[in-house]
Amino acid sequence: MPFLISFLEGLGKLTISFLTTLGEATCLTLSAIGLAFQPPYQPKMVLRQSYLIGVTALPIVIFTGIFTGLVVATQGYYQLRVLSAEGTIGGFVSVTIIKELGLVVPAFVMAGRIGASITAELGTMKVTEQIDALEVMAVDPVKYLVVPRLVACTIMLPVLSMFSIAFGLAGGYFVVIKLFNMNGNFFLKNLRAFMYLSSILVSAVKATAFGTSIAIVGCYKGFSVSSADGAEGVGRATTGSAVTAIMIILIIDFFLNHLLYAVLNFK
Amino acid sequence: MIEVKDLWKSFGENQVLTGIDLHIPRGETLVIMGPSGCGKSVLLRLLTGLMKPDRGQIWFDGLEISTFSKKKLVPIRRRLGMLFQSAALFDFMTVEENVGFTLTQHQGMQNVHSIAKEKLKLVDLHNVEQLKPAEISGGMRKRVGLARAIADDPEVIFYDEPTTGLDPVTGDEINQLMFNLHEKLNVTSVIVTHDMDSAFFVATRMVMLHRGRVIAEGTPEEMKAEENPIVRQFIYSGSRKILDPHLKDTRETIERVES
Repeated sequence: MPFLISFLEGLGKLTISFLTTLGEATCLTLSAIGLAFQPPYQPKMVLRQSYLIGVTALPIVIFTGIFTGLVVATQGYYQLRVLSAEGTIGGFVSVTIIKELGLVVPAFVMAGRIGASITAELGTMKVTEQIDALEVMAVDPVKYLVVPRLVACTIMLPVLSMFSIAFGLAGGYFVVIKLFNMNGNFFLKNLRAFMYLSSILVSAVKATAFGTSIAIVGCYKGFSVSSADGAEGVGRATTGSAVTAIMIILIIDFFLNHLLYAVLNFK
Repeated sequence: MIEVKDLWKSFGENQVLTGIDLHIPRGETLVIMGPSGCGKSVLLRLLTGLMKPDRGQIWFDGLEISTFSKKKLVPIRRRLGMLFQSAALFDFMTVEENVGFTLTQHQGMQNVHSIAKEKLKLVDLHNVEQLKPAEISGGMRKRVGLARAIADDPEVIFYDEPTTGLDPVTGDEINQLMFNLHEKLNVTSVIVTHDMDSAFFVATRMVMLHRGRVIAEGTPEEMKAEENPIVRQFIYSGSRKILDPHLKDTRETIERVES
């Protein structure tokens, strides 16, 4: 009986903590979205963040994109050959890269790279009283720190995803042509047959949602560090940020896939 | 100018402030002192709106601000400046951008070079405008923090442990700067410190906190004559210069010996 009570207590605390976090993160998101449309705008900060988030991440996104394409095409070819359907490899690569891996892989990379770096930066600012300084100077930290990161992440993730998709398809093409000696035109024709404009639009919508969630998780975790937590607290929040963002990306991916492909019948 | 009435603040079971009353007239330099953990920094955070009290009122120029939202606090905060214990400079900005930050944010000024230079001159800093905070010393960072605090010509400046972590020479320089700024700008200053040399150098009035309450209040001379043993112990064990009135400023001593 005491075990059951302590179990229920633990469960209750966990539920309250989860709901509190969810509520606070939702408030932060709504507040940041509202403030993004209110002057004064921060174009310099948005450009700076877009450069840091987008331009500096481009090489790693291209790298992961190419290798995702190589792996998908190789694995796909061997699996389809078992069914004597290796001729459909173009379609397989197209669907897998455009609808899923071309988005999810760079989103994971960005959660680890940008989400964690946002948390570390804001957490350090919290510990060193820089966020308190902003407040005392009558500058809203959400407006000044969260909005530029949110805008930059939301814009740059779809752009990076398009690069990832393009290089993923190129990687797949390379494997099929060079390693499996298939006809290039046949591969491209098959690839185009499964490539719909709606799929690319849906992917852009999904990437936008991933970008928003990476920025919000990063900022929320950074703000949740208290000045008493010190360097250890910043480290803990940074790790937590990457893990949470990756989990949220998977949850969003599932629900958006279901909504857009199953309920709204996008191709 | 600032009036605090029956202010209470706790963190869980820990009751930090237990009914603080304060009156800070315009132009005064009030030093709030007391041992670590007595609630001085919490009081400062309540005065600047960084925390909300559990009970009590904070009046600023006739307005009760303790219940104000962040948005409502904006016009009040624009009349304040604050020097943080760690200076709290934005490390991704240059010194000039730090000093001109409130001007770019609130007045939309794009070129803050001349104002930043002028404010930096007031704190005896020259040719550091383009440096990053990481490239300057701890004492210089405090001066830049002070220049940033006075950039928008505030009516009240709050100082949180302004000499903590500094060597005695730099500490004396910061004391002199606070004194000079008060003379030149005629601002109201609220200084939280446990550095007694600093406190007696700059204060026009002092209050001592102990266990979340004000246990003594008065001018520096009245505080020196205070008979409360806790106050006497705190003041006389903390100050070199009260014990030895002939003791000069550290820099003065160094210069005298060197010459």
